[in-house]
Amino acid sequence: MRVPILKQGGYLIASVQSALTDRDLLDLRDNLAQQVGKFRSRGVIIDVTSLDVLDSFAVRTLRTLAQMIRLRGAETVIAGIQPEIAFAMVQLGLDLGDVATALDLEEGLVLLERRTSGGGRRAKRSGN
Amino acid sequence: MPSEAETEVSVPVGSDADIIIARQQGRALAEKAGFSGSDLTLVATAISEVARNIVEHARRGEVVLRMIHQGDKRGISIVARDEGPGIDDISLAMQDGYSSGKGLGLGLPGARRLVDEFELESSVGVGTTVRMKKWLNSHRSVAKYR
Ligand SMILES: Nc1ncnc2c1ncn2[C@@H]1O[C@H](COP(=O)(O)OP(=O)(O)OP(=O)(O)O)[C@@H](O)[C@H]1O
Ligand SMILES: [Mg+2]
Repeated sequence: MRVPILKQGGYLIASVQSALTDRDLLDLRDNLAQQVGKFRSRGVIIDVTSLDVLDSFAVRTLRTLAQMIRLRGAETVIAGIQPEIAFAMVQLGLDLGDVATALDLEEGLVLLERRTSGGGRRAKRSGN
Repeated sequence: MPSEAETEVSVPVGSDADIIIARQQGRALAEKAGFSGSDLTLVATAISEVARNIVEHARRGEVVLRMIHQGDKRGISIVARDEGPGIDDISLAMQDGYSSGKGLGLGLPGARRLVDEFELESSVGVGTTVRMKKWLNSHRSVAKYR
């Protein structure tokens, strides 16, 4: 199942569905890294509220995703990790490293505004 | 008394889509067995790890999910089985952070922490079997390796 990516102002919001295959997650990573350039976004929010499981593969992929987005000059926030998912992650020994997290989408937006000093839009493209 | 067919599910695992099916079936069966809340997530996550190990390290195999009883204890058993390359050094494979590939090396030791009983049996050239059990309202942890 493809993850829909919504453009909101200078930010991109990806709302992850309940079940994502490994392929879907890798596609999401690559699509976001591309679209950050296409829309000149300052920040990305991955909303994982309805995700059923965050296992070692998903966490590794989200970490790589956040690193790629940073290299593209934008910020990533993972929003909506549910309490039972957080518990399973701790038991597994997984953490998101220095990837920013937020309680939900709304908090994620607030965090991004702060980190990108508002607005979210980048300089206009000059030439190519 | 539920029939045998209702209490055992076998999921063939050969692709990343099968990992999803296995963990969804596991969650459904665990719910039927009486688990709720974060226990359902723990069961689904443990299944996800062992099913992915099949796809990643052995290409194909199966995950067998079963409702189990022992005295008045009820629970769920998860068996992940493959005839892949097997694991040469089991204690190394069970170490946090050890991966022969590019993984975080947390799948096996992590799955062990998610369940009450964990058994890993593997021989090089023969295959690997992981047996896990989770009991309702129980939080003890037992592990065996062969
Ligand atoms: N079914 C299997 N068949 C063969 N080797 C396996 C199997 N499962 C695990 N292994 C071996 O054990 C090692 C440790 O497994 P573990 O799941 O802990 O880590 P990983 O799969 O490498 O990474 P991660 O699960 O964190 O993404 C693997 O790297 C692999 O060498
Ligand atoms: Mg693994």
